[in-house]
Amino acid sequence: MRRICLIVGGLVAAVSAVAGEIPDAQRRSGYEFMSRETRAMQDDDTANPGLLWVLEGEALWSRRAGAAGRACVDCHGEARTSMKGVAARHPAFDAARGRPVSLEQRIGVCRTDRQQAAPLAWESRDLLALTAYVARQSRGLSIQPLIDARTAPFLEAGRAAFHRRQGQLNLACSQCHDDHWGRRLAGNVVPQAHPTGYPLYRLEWQSLGSLQRRLRNCLVGIRAEPYDYGAPELVELELYLMWRARGMPLEAPAVRP
Amino acid sequence: MARALISVPARARRGEIVEIKTLISHAMETGHRRNQLGAPIPRDIIRRFVCTYNGAEVFSADLHPAIAANPFIVFSTVATESGTLAFHWTGDNGFSVTESAAIVVE
Amino acid sequence: MDGRVSRRKFLLAAGAGMGLVSAIAVRPARATPEAMQTAIRKVVGSAAVPRGRVKLELPPLSENGHAVPLTVSVESPMTAADHVRAIHIFTEVNPQPDVASFHLGPRAGRARVATRIRLANTQTVVAVCELSDGSFWSDSADVVVTLAACLEEA
Repeated sequence: MRRICLIVGGLVAAVSAVAGEIPDAQRRSGYEFMSRETRAMQDDDTANPGLLWVLEGEALWSRRAGAAGRACVDCHGEARTSMKGVAARHPAFDAARGRPVSLEQRIGVCRTDRQQAAPLAWESRDLLALTAYVARQSRGLSIQPLIDARTAPFLEAGRAAFHRRQGQLNLACSQCHDDHWGRRLAGNVVPQAHPTGYPLYRLEWQSLGSLQRRLRNCLVGIRAEPYDYGAPELVELELYLMWRARGMPLEAPAVRP
Repeated sequence: MARALISVPARARRGEIVEIKTLISHAMETGHRRNQLGAPIPRDIIRRFVCTYNGAEVFSADLHPAIAANPFIVFSTVATESGTLAFHWTGDNGFSVTESAAIVVE
Repeated sequence: MDGRVSRRKFLLAAGAGMGLVSAIAVRPARATPEAMQTAIRKVVGSAAVPRGRVKLELPPLSENGHAVPLTVSVESPMTAADHVRAIHIFTEVNPQPDVASFHLGPRAGRARVATRIRLANTQTVVAVCELSDGSFWSDSADVVVTLAACLEEA
């Protein structure tokens, strides 16, 4: 009797695994679902519009700001060395705040606390430029958000959010991106939703944008009320998505349709 | 803050055809979109791009709203002599940006 | 649909230099394909615009109409005596038919230009080149444009 239960239990577990998370070996970046032309646009630094924001960010890196009269370079030196790996491990735990923060929030904290300057608005040109410049320094590196006792609860909250049905369409992220990736939704291929390229130039936006902008788009798409920029729910979801993409190389700034 | 990315070889042999890639930051607002209140957003585009080689025009383009945002133009020119390639974009609302790149021709 | 095809074939294949308006057998339902013909006539006048010499490259299926990569080229020695003066791009279904005019000349070395264009919907794109001998040639490409599945709030 026990043996039969174990076998049945094993079968149920196997079925759940198949219907659940994508096995590591089958994970593919959104890059692989794009057309040849869009991939070429990302691969060519002289054709990728995201690089325009990186250039602006490079200029901002040396610009003094705020009451403290400090530029990023004054504390951090050359971004090429000091920022290497930073984007690949965000969202990261912020001890002062007792919770993980996204890369944009991290830059925002430096701006208000260290530079004593007015905060940069979400999705503003300057914030996107600085984020793009910092993220560019992690291009090619493996995504590795640090999961430990402090961040684990937030990871679980993000995981729960990813699997939770919501919105008028009553859809969970996992239903499209775990169960039906590779299939088509209204002429577009459904990707696996790995944030391998953020911030990225989205052709639909005709602009560079953040992961939170994309997540809000998805929420609007399933007719759910989108969380505000900077909301803890979005950061938890970001953390889960980055953990889900662990080991995959960062492509920032990517291009996506 | 207008920014442009230019890709042009720094050196070339005399007579060689060099490929030039230009990418400039500009929303290229078509004039067909409407804002949240339904009011039309006025057209605001780059209308003309000119490339000069030591002052002589070697390529130009007249652009319309159907050119994608952050206009990307690839063209070529013959490397005739060392000097300066200048790139000039002009458009609506007094938009005017000039960038240049040096080229050594041997 | 048939009317559009026969009209397009006429525009591109006519070597006889016949006036375009008089040759249209079927009135198109939409105004914009006519606007494209008017825009082309503005450039070429009454000259014939046979298909040939210029090659227009576009992806047959575009992931997003906001940025469709386009390459247009003409086989030409690009000498002072024999070169491409200009290449003009037109669309059939966009709100306006003109896309761009590229002005070349012998200093270009090669008649080949690439850019990214906006396409409002699935449609035909036309390229017309003007040679130094005053002749005009054309090519066309059909592009299927898919629209994004999940849009932002406008």
